[in-house]
Amino acid sequence: MLSYELIPLSENALVIKFGEQITPDVHQRVRQVATYFTEHHVEGIIEVVPAYTTVTVYYDPVQFAKNTNRKSDIEVLPFERICTVLKNILSSLESANTPQGNEVVIPVCYGGEFGPDLEEVARRNQLTPEEVVDIHTNGHYLVYMIGFAPGFAYLGGMSEKIATPRKNSPRLHIPAGSVGIAGMQTGVYPIESPGGWQLIGRTPLQLFRPHHPQPSLLQTGDRVRFQAITREEYKQLQEENNGDSCYS
Amino acid sequence: MGIRVIRSGLLTTIQDLGRFGFQKDGVIVSGAMDQFAHRIANILVGNEESEGALEMTLIGPTLAFEEDALIAICGGEFEASIDGQEVPLWRPILVKQGSVLTIGHCRVGCRAYLAVAGGFHLPKVMNSQSTYLLARIGGFQGRALQKGDVLLLRESGRKLELLRFYKNKTLLPFIAMSWGISFGLRAYFYGSPKTIRVIRGAQFTDFTTQSQECFLTQPYEVTPQSNRMGYRLDGPSLERKRSTEMVSEAVTFGTVQVPAEGKPIVLMADRQTTGGYPKIAQVIAVDLPILAQTRPGERIVFRDISFEEAQRLYLQREFELKQCKKAIISKMGE
Repeated sequence: MLSYELIPLSENALVIKFGEQITPDVHQRVRQVATYFTEHHVEGIIEVVPAYTTVTVYYDPVQFAKNTNRKSDIEVLPFERICTVLKNILSSLESANTPQGNEVVIPVCYGGEFGPDLEEVARRNQLTPEEVVDIHTNGHYLVYMIGFAPGFAYLGGMSEKIATPRKNSPRLHIPAGSVGIAGMQTGVYPIESPGGWQLIGRTPLQLFRPHHPQPSLLQTGDRVRFQAITREEYKQLQEENNGDSCYS
Repeated sequence: MGIRVIRSGLLTTIQDLGRFGFQKDGVIVSGAMDQFAHRIANILVGNEESEGALEMTLIGPTLAFEEDALIAICGGEFEASIDGQEVPLWRPILVKQGSVLTIGHCRVGCRAYLAVAGGFHLPKVMNSQSTYLLARIGGFQGRALQKGDVLLLRESGRKLELLRFYKNKTLLPFIAMSWGISFGLRAYFYGSPKTIRVIRGAQFTDFTTQSQECFLTQPYEVTPQSNRMGYRLDGPSLERKRSTEMVSEAVTFGTVQVPAEGKPIVLMADRQTTGGYPKIAQVIAVDLPILAQTRPGERIVFRDISFEEAQRLYLQREFELKQCKKAIISKMGE
C-alpha cells in the first residue's frame, strides 16, 4: 500500500501527501481519497482539494476541539484529533475500488482566428498545421488536477512532437474556450483571462458553469480526447450551448 | 428602497466568509480579507457572522439610504459622516431613510466592512455572496460597486424593534448606540512595523540558513503590487539550497510562497486554489486580519511560533468571538 504523510498547511487545512512522484498509483490513490470525501460527509470537514500527489483537507478546528476527554490532563489539539480520524478513514479505504473517471470529448475548431498560433506551433516543430491537429486529436489525456482558474484542467499525455514554449509576451485577453499549448502541457482556458499559451483552437463547450451543481466540466481523473470540428459545427454547438445555459 | 451608491469608493465589493466546497473545481474561496472585522460588523447588527457585507478599500463609498437601516462599520479607521456629523465605527447605527452616508479616506488600516441588519438581498452563487471579480460571479452582478447601483435589503426583526423604540424620539438622521466594541479588541492594526506571526511552511528547511534567518528577522515592505489575491513583499531575497521543481498542490489564505526571484508573496482572500512555489511559512489565522489592514508601503516583520501555539490562539480567538457575540446579544436585549 502507498505510504503517506499528514502535513499541516494552516490551523484549518492539512495535506495528505503520497510522495513527490506523479505515478498512476499515486493518481489513483489521490482520486480514491478525494472521491470518498466528496461522497461522504465527515463532521467538521469542509472540503478536499485533490492535486498531483496530494489531497488537501480543509476542516473546522473548533469541531475537532470538541469532546475533549476531561479526565485526561493531556491536551489534544485539533490537528492531532483530525489525523486520528483521517488515518482510520485512509486505512479503511485501502481495498476500496475507485471507479474510472468519465470520458470527455472536447470538440475543437483548430486554426484561423480561433487558433492564431497553430502555424507557429507547426513551424517550431517542423510539422504542417494539419499534422499538429492530427497529433493533438490522437492523444489520450488524463486530468491530473484542477487549479489555476475555475474549471482549468492540468492534462497529462500530450505528445512531445507538438511541445512549444510559451509566448514571449502574454496576451491580455484570451477568450474562454481557447485551447493552448505551453511546453509539454495542453489545456483549455475556461474563462477569459490573460495568458502566455500558444493558442491552436477553440471549443464551444463551457468548461466552467457557475450555476451547474458540478461547476467544472472536467474533474480530476477524467480522460479527455479532442475532436476537430469545422467552423459551422462550432457555431451550431455554441448556439445549442447558449440555449440551455443560464450562464450570463 | 434600499441603498443607492452615489460614489463607489476605490474598490467596494460584497464579501462573506468565502465560497467553500468548489475548490476542487478550481473555484477560489474569496471572502472578506479581514474576517475579524467582517464577523464583528455582522454580530453588531444581529446577523449571522457569515452574512455578506460591503468591503471597502482605502477610500469608502457614499451611500444614500432610501429606507431605514441598522448598520455597523468595522475595520480600518475610515472617516465616516452623515450630514457632516461623524459616524462612529464599531457600533450599531440606526440610519434614517433619506440620510447620505459619506465614507472617506482610511486614516489607519486598509479595509472596512459595512454590515446591514438582515443582509443584502442578493442571490448566492455556489453557496456564497462573495464577489469573484475574475469570473464575474457572486456579490453584486459579479463586480465592484458602481455609481447608481441600488442594493436591496432583506427584512430584519432587529431593525424594526429599534425603529419602534427610537423612531419618534428624535429628528436626527442617525442614532449611534451608546455602546460598541472596546478599543482593546479593535486595536489590532496599529503600530509599525507590524509583527506577523507565522508557522514554518513545508519547505522552510529547503531555504538556506541565512535566508531562513532573514525571513524571520528582517522587515519586508508591502509593495503596490498587492491586492486581494496576494501581497508581494520587498526585502531580502530568499534562496533555496537546491532549486528543485515542485509539483503543484493546494495553498490557502496566508500561505507565504517564494518564487524563483526570491521575494515572498503572501496569498490572501482571492488566492488561486493551487500553487507550485515553495512554501516558506504560513501566517497564523489570528494575524491575517492585521495583514489585511496593512497597506502598500507599510513594513512587516515575521516571527515564528509553534504550530501548537497557533492552534491554541485560533481556538482562543473563536472563544473570544463567541463571548463577544453573547455580550452583544444581551446588550441588544436591554
